[in-house]
Amino acid sequence: MSTFWSIWISVIVLGTVFGCVWLLWATRKSQTTDVETDRTMGHAFDGIEEYDNPLPKWWFYLFMATCVFALGYLALYPGLGSYKGLLGWTSHNQWEAEVAEAEEKYGEIYAQYGQTPVAELATNEDALKIGQRLFANNCAVCHGSAARGQVGFPNLTDNDWLHGGSPEKIHETIKIGRMGNMPAKGLMPGMTNEQVDQVVNYVLSFSGREKDADAAEAGKAVFAQACVACHGPEGKGMEAMGAPNLTDNTWLYGSTYDWIKETVMHGRQNQMPAQEGRLTEDQIQILAAYVYSLSN
Amino acid sequence: MNHEIVEKNLGLMIILIILTISGGFLVEIVPLFFLKETNEPVEGLKPYTALQLEGRDIYIREGCHVCHTQQIRPFRAETERYGHYSVAGEFVYDRPFLWGSKRTGPDLARVGGRYSDAWQRQHLFDPRSVVPESNMPAFPWLFENKVDHTQTAAKMETLQTLGVPYSDEEIANGPAEVEGKFEIEALVAYLQHLGTVISDKR
Repeated sequence: MSTFWSIWISVIVLGTVFGCVWLLWATRKSQTTDVETDRTMGHAFDGIEEYDNPLPKWWFYLFMATCVFALGYLALYPGLGSYKGLLGWTSHNQWEAEVAEAEEKYGEIYAQYGQTPVAELATNEDALKIGQRLFANNCAVCHGSAARGQVGFPNLTDNDWLHGGSPEKIHETIKIGRMGNMPAKGLMPGMTNEQVDQVVNYVLSFSGREKDADAAEAGKAVFAQACVACHGPEGKGMEAMGAPNLTDNTWLYGSTYDWIKETVMHGRQNQMPAQEGRLTEDQIQILAAYVYSLSN
Repeated sequence: MNHEIVEKNLGLMIILIILTISGGFLVEIVPLFFLKETNEPVEGLKPYTALQLEGRDIYIREGCHVCHTQQIRPFRAETERYGHYSVAGEFVYDRPFLWGSKRTGPDLARVGGRYSDAWQRQHLFDPRSVVPESNMPAFPWLFENKVDHTQTAAKMETLQTLGVPYSDEEIANGPAEVEGKFEIEALVAYLQHLGTVISDKR
């Protein structure tokens, strides 16, 4: 803050405080007694007159006390331009103190949990309690408060994993996030509507639900060209690509003919946002343990 | 001093009233117009792109700022939940700022990148489909309406006049950038940008 503004602020602030004090003194009537008299201000409007009594003493001194308080406050806290105040208070160092206090209180526990392997941590009741809170605050909006997920957001309790369910993989998913990207019509941009119908029937046939056996049979060739690269020759998916297993009963985007057709026609883009930087390393470790514990 | 002098001289009373009520304004607000801390952008801050700018206007139109603040206060409880507390330099291109004053929903100052685009879209289409306990209204029309691109250049020009460093080229390209886009795309572009300039989230 420049000297000019510093002086500007100080002058107006102090001027206001002392102005109030002056006004109180200057307009003060005799404070020697609280006894009320019949004396009036000497004016009457529509027959209404105003008594001319002093302010009650307690009221007057309360006013004065607020002025004294203001001066004390301005001495202790930064209120006069660049003056830092005797306490040296700033909102930043108040925040730092809060953080340091919390670090002292919880830091050791977090550090200890942060060093514990995920699988072991997943059996620690206290760590899981912390994990549950972290999950509620950071993960539940997408995965649901019971971690059961919903369309487009994976269920974390069913032990079916797109990117791997080992403690290390879960930790990695939370830390660096994941991108899911299924291109429209897979690797076959020229797929005709008939071929889409065939490949959807073929995918349904993995779980014995095809609508049209002939179409499903024809879809095998389409699948081989468009889908195998990620979903594998048997449709069992591929962890490295995050490509889901199409033969199990878990569907991220719905399992019906119409849903699967939509997925094939338009592709799917999905993202798990990286938590690194938002959460501490220790918190990520605890969260990984919590998520691991949900299905192990 | 005699009350009568003040009470019977309107001009004097007006001057004294103005002096009295302008104290706070002169001390608390006027200096901010000239301070480095409030006028210099934080490092890396760029003006909103045309799409983000239109998204911001949709944010204002739908009244998002009535229930969502955009200022993280320097308390641990807030920084743990939302990320680094807000600093004045993040808002120098915000005209008007959208700090808000009441949190019916959570603070959005650093919502950018926190959720996926897909989540933002689904949540705006039907909040309870992703957050069952939410009391946020749904905004399905954002998925039907196209962004009005006819005012985009004029808005950017106005901001340029006010000191936002748009180049003339950016202004010329603005309408084309938003034309044909759905309102939801603009709004999500804006939301995903919020608070991302300060990379230190803790």
